[in-house]
Amino acid sequence: MSEEYSLEIVNPEKSFLSKNDVTEVVVPAFEGEIGILKDHISLISFLKPGIIKIFSKSGEESFYVNDGIIEFKDNNLSILTSLILNLKDIDKEKISEIQKSAEEQLNKTDINDQEKYLLDQKLDVLKSIN
Amino acid sequence: MASLDDLKKRISSVKSTQKITKAMKMVAAAKLRRAQESAEKGRPYSDKMNNIILNLSNGISDIDNAPKLLSGTGEDKVHLCVVMTSDRGLCGGFNTNIIKKAKLYFQKILDEGKTLKIITVGTKGYDQLKRLYGDNIIERISFKESKNINYFDADKVGKIVIEKFEKKEFDVCTIFYNQFKNVITQIPQEQQIIPLKTSEKDENSSEDNFEFEPEEDEILSNLLPKNISTQIFKAMLENSASEQGSRMSAMDNATRNAGEMVDKLTIEYNRSRQAAITKELIEIISGAESL
Repeated sequence: MSEEYSLEIVNPEKSFLSKNDVTEVVVPAFEGEIGILKDHISLISFLKPGIIKIFSKSGEESFYVNDGIIEFKDNNLSILTSLILNLKDIDKEKISEIQKSAEEQLNKTDINDQEKYLLDQKLDVLKSIN
Repeated sequence: MASLDDLKKRISSVKSTQKITKAMKMVAAAKLRRAQESAEKGRPYSDKMNNIILNLSNGISDIDNAPKLLSGTGEDKVHLCVVMTSDRGLCGGFNTNIIKKAKLYFQKILDEGKTLKIITVGTKGYDQLKRLYGDNIIERISFKESKNINYFDADKVGKIVIEKFEKKEFDVCTIFYNQFKNVITQIPQEQQIIPLKTSEKDENSSEDNFEFEPEEDEILSNLLPKNISTQIFKAMLENSASEQGSRMSAMDNATRNAGEMVDKLTIEYNRSRQAAITKELIEIISGAESL
């Protein structure tokens, strides 16, 4: 019995990544990280800014995501995200750019607690990879 | 009859117009391929999004407390219309078709005594609507500067719409765009995005028991704003493919018409040249005879 299931990551522009041999995916869900193995119960959740880790037969990969929604159903995991960057070939400038705009938004007074929480998270993650 | 010189000038001017339309056609064809590709690539995202929302809204336990973006404000007084057109002209009936569709809808709204608000995306739509509906236009957006259509532009529009919804500035939101079918056919579409219409039949979704984390309503209220941006993005992609397709066929027609015109003018030019020669000959002959 194999331990693998299929994963598809889509962003609005295109289908970003599609794999058939993942064994585990760790996603930064809103209420904490979730690791998903094969035969997980059907699940819908959304993501906060963070790192997606993908373990597959061919090795381990990590991606930074800005936000996203995941759906797991019948051993198919779909991740929808508006911004995703591969940590392997990440562009330092791009990161600083995102960081800067996040800091600017954080300084605005009219944001609510949830937004503040998300922005804080974002900054933490960005700092850790930069 | 026009003089030979005039005809010559006209022929050369038609020829240079033909060169321009030919070049535009070629550019549009190249862009069309890219636009079509990105429209196709963008489909999985919006399809998946739709699917998840469908699953979610089926799973929602308490309809009365469903997010307003899904269920609506319960009223139907103020309609917001987002009319998406192109920033450039010379693309045949592309803009006119959207505007025509939109105007029909506007008329219906106004006849029913409801309030109409308009957001135009793209400068051409604004130009065509400002005379009749200038007072109704509350916002106009143009992405002339961005070279490619990207999600963040769509997100900007989406955020404006949502902000206005939260301020209770409207009850129903509809977007207008052209759906790309093929190069010759683009279908103007009206799509209601707020409140969301989940018209698709739910075949097998009832048996799936999803685990939600956090609660359904919380996910939904996060997801729905994103869905609006996604729908707008999809519309923008379809629109750009349609625009290039429409431009391509319009320019193709123009090139052909110019060719016909050049042929006609050339025949006329040759005839009048011959006539002039004949006339001159007659003059010389009759002059020689009289000697």
